[in-house]
Amino acid sequence: MGRLEGRMSSQIFDHQQSGGQAALAAASPGRICAFPVPPLLGLPRYTVEWRCPLPPLCTMSGGLLKALRSDSYVELSQYRDQHFRGDNEEQEKLLKKSCTLYVGNLSFYTTEEQIYELFSKSGDIKKIIMGLDKMKKTACGFCFVEYYSRADAENAMRYINGTRLDDRIIRTDWDAGFKEGRQYGRGRSGGQVRDEYRQDYDAGRGGYGKLAQNQ
Amino acid sequence: MSRRRHSDENDGGQPHKRRKTSDANETEDHLESLICKVGEKSACSLESNLEGLAGVLEADLPNYKSKILRLLCTVARLLPEKLTIYTTLVGLLNARNYNFGGEFVEAMIRQLKESLKSNNYNEAVYLVRRDWYVYAFLSSLPWVGKELYEKKDAEMDRIFASTENYLKRRQKTHVPMLQVWTAEKPHPQEEYLDCLWAQIQKLKKDRWQERHILRPYLAFDSILCEALQHNLPPFTPPPHTEDSVYPMPRVIFRMFDYTDDPEGPVMPGSHSVERFVIEENLHCIIKSHWKERKTCAAQLVSYPGKNKIPLNYHIVEVIFAELFQLPAPPHIDVMYTTLLIELCKLQPGSLPQVLAQATEMLYMRLDTMNTTCVDRFINWFSHHLSNFQFRWSWEDWSDCLTQDPESPKPKFVREVLEKCMRLSYHQRILDFVPPTFSALCPANPTCIYKYGDESSNSLPGHSVALCLAVAFKSKATNDEIFSILKDVPNPNQDDDDDEGFSFNPLKIEVFVQTLLHLAAKSFSHSFSALAKFHEVFKTLAESDEGKLHVLRVMFEVWRNHPQMIAVLVDKMIRTQIVDCAAVANWIFSSELSRDFTRLFVWEILHSTIRKMNKHVLKIQKELEEAKEKLARQHKRRSDDDDRSSDRKDGALEEQIERLQEKVESAQSEQKNLFLVIFQRFIMILTEHLVRCETDGTSVLTPWYKNCIERLQQIFLQHHQIIQQYMVTLENLLFTAELDPHILAVFQQFCALQA
Repeated sequence: MGRLEGRMSSQIFDHQQSGGQAALAAASPGRICAFPVPPLLGLPRYTVEWRCPLPPLCTMSGGLLKALRSDSYVELSQYRDQHFRGDNEEQEKLLKKSCTLYVGNLSFYTTEEQIYELFSKSGDIKKIIMGLDKMKKTACGFCFVEYYSRADAENAMRYINGTRLDDRIIRTDWDAGFKEGRQYGRGRSGGQVRDEYRQDYDAGRGGYGKLAQNQ
Repeated sequence: MSRRRHSDENDGGQPHKRRKTSDANETEDHLESLICKVGEKSACSLESNLEGLAGVLEADLPNYKSKILRLLCTVARLLPEKLTIYTTLVGLLNARNYNFGGEFVEAMIRQLKESLKSNNYNEAVYLVRRDWYVYAFLSSLPWVGKELYEKKDAEMDRIFASTENYLKRRQKTHVPMLQVWTAEKPHPQEEYLDCLWAQIQKLKKDRWQERHILRPYLAFDSILCEALQHNLPPFTPPPHTEDSVYPMPRVIFRMFDYTDDPEGPVMPGSHSVERFVIEENLHCIIKSHWKERKTCAAQLVSYPGKNKIPLNYHIVEVIFAELFQLPAPPHIDVMYTTLLIELCKLQPGSLPQVLAQATEMLYMRLDTMNTTCVDRFINWFSHHLSNFQFRWSWEDWSDCLTQDPESPKPKFVREVLEKCMRLSYHQRILDFVPPTFSALCPANPTCIYKYGDESSNSLPGHSVALCLAVAFKSKATNDEIFSILKDVPNPNQDDDDDEGFSFNPLKIEVFVQTLLHLAAKSFSHSFSALAKFHEVFKTLAESDEGKLHVLRVMFEVWRNHPQMIAVLVDKMIRTQIVDCAAVANWIFSSELSRDFTRLFVWEILHSTIRKMNKHVLKIQKELEEAKEKLARQHKRRSDDDDRSSDRKDGALEEQIERLQEKVESAQSEQKNLFLVIFQRFIMILTEHLVRCETDGTSVLTPWYKNCIERLQQIFLQHHQIIQQYMVTLENLLFTAELDPHILAVFQQFCALQA
């Protein structure tokens, strides 16, 4: 089971600086931020991946009946792709009917086969696209999973999101749909933005963050 | 409750109106919140909360009556576990306001009628109407049996007698098909009505003393007695229609009794009505909150009265009951895995131990467990382990090492390890499995290329294979591949056809072996290869023999990697390189006989059948939509009198005709698929039975048990489709001449449908 080597593709215009700064600010709220914080729309997935689920039922206001209809795991997160061609309304429209999920916090060593096995538990998979380091063309810890039906994707959001793959808690989020180029990390070093500024050591994601490594 | 006072400002226009509506909304929300929350943990007693709430609602009746009515009807329907709390509330309200009581009764009857008409029988699907009415009657008795008997004992005795008669006469041929275990010990798998009947009998004998259900109305006895009663209007259940659909019969799953938790509170016996009530309520909670796993887990662990019962045991038993339910669990399998993980997180000091105990018990009883249930057990256990670093005391299961490898326990461990590997990687398995278990470890999922080493020089087609390899690496086109393959001799005939593309197994061999070997790196690589050389595949696999051979060669290359086999078969069907019938024939072929009892084979077969079913549904839907479009067009034409749409009509009518043909062709293919599968089962089972007879050996080998249950599984998993073919099956395949062992499966299935 080898890791997927990438294929050559055209470069796209790269706007990722602001994303990185938000990651820094959000990841360590107590730290003094050296860069200005961009607006919410540009917030990279990293910062919202640790969103807390809704509190248990008995403390909710608004009544049990609303809670009985609730399907919070399927709701859209705060994240919007800042490279998306179109306005927020268009993006939301696509997200709400999408059959494609973004999957984050994967180990660099997690294979397509493992992802197939886990995500097949909620339905037949149409396609998996591994996320790649833009320079090295090696796996950099995320992927897209596309299902044939929306219902299957919803079940993945309800039951696979927040569980473990390769001993790591993975996060899933709706994606507006794969477009060529989106398989590449948007961090300056080629990987994901979150790995640029990370201070902790993560053996499954290349060790220390890129900034820390280069210091 | 505090009320916002309306502003004294009077703009006379919109702003004032808006403010009033938002006040009203706030009050309504507040009422909803009060009604929903009553019964939850509170500083005051339930009785005083109910009394207070009744007062508040009475005061609000003038302004919010319809909202309150709607709320009370809804909670009665959606929160059955709090039924007695709401009935007490309504009783108190009735005492204060007789008219409201009457309106509530009317509203509930209306709701019941609507639910039955729209087939909302607990939003489940039953097959037998009479069974359901008996169930409805019996299941209400724990709540109201005592009162009914006190007031109307003669009528009750009559209903009881006729119920008993009915239950005695009921056919129960279908029951074995739905049982999780074939053994009666330690817990019998009773048919649900039989179990409920036994529970109600015991309750009656105990003079309706039921201690588990919360009965807050007892505290208000004096008030409720004084209040005027309403008569229930006569109620006629809606008649049976073509579309009426009833819930399927089921078997009560039991895995625990009071001996399993000697330290804790006593678990109510299997025929006690308390057991029934607890299980009903826990099932209800899952049904209400299945989409919200954290909420579901929280609600389960905060079940009222939990200190008097071994709640964790009940929860685990109820969850496995659903997971192992035949024909299918009420919710998707993976929900239960994740729910159990949430429960382990909520109760880390107690639940994991109960779960481990349950796993151990399930393992010990594998010998008599239904094959479909074993499949689910394998999938659950491996997925669960992958969330807990695969930590397990494998040595506890060393007994399986000395058994026949085809018997259920070693087979189970092998399949679990294979699934664990799919979720991780081969070396990981070798690392955590004790050395004594190495024989049960899965093979390293590597590709087997027959033209790979020097010894393959002598193999026919070897030089072509090398040539192809070079061509593939230099990005050859389909045409270039065709021209290379042209030179391959056909071992099956003396001279080639002109075009050279009749079934030629050697061509298929060199092409498929070489291509799959080069694309072995990942699923994506293999899919790309299939897509790029689709034309060659289609041509080589044009005939039925061609299709079968493609599958055979693919299997030879990837026999160490069942997961790859499964995804390749899936892709080949979807891109129409092979068809469903070819896959079915391949599964029953001699090449697969060694692996016939392995889980991956049946996953492939069921996935194939599901694809076929989805395909038929898709085309049927397209046809329906086209017909509707035409109908709309006709209507518009009659409205507008527009002659130009005649042409549009023509195109649409042609499309409908084409779709109609497509539907018929797809349905015919679907029927053929099932017939092929049943026919092959009959052949293979008959072969075994005859052989055993001549050899004088026992029929009931592990292989036989597996095979016959796989046949049952086909019937159960796809019962709705197969229903259409009953006549053909009876006349053509499952005739009276068939061996009674095989015929029994068909007869049980017929009984299930009756």
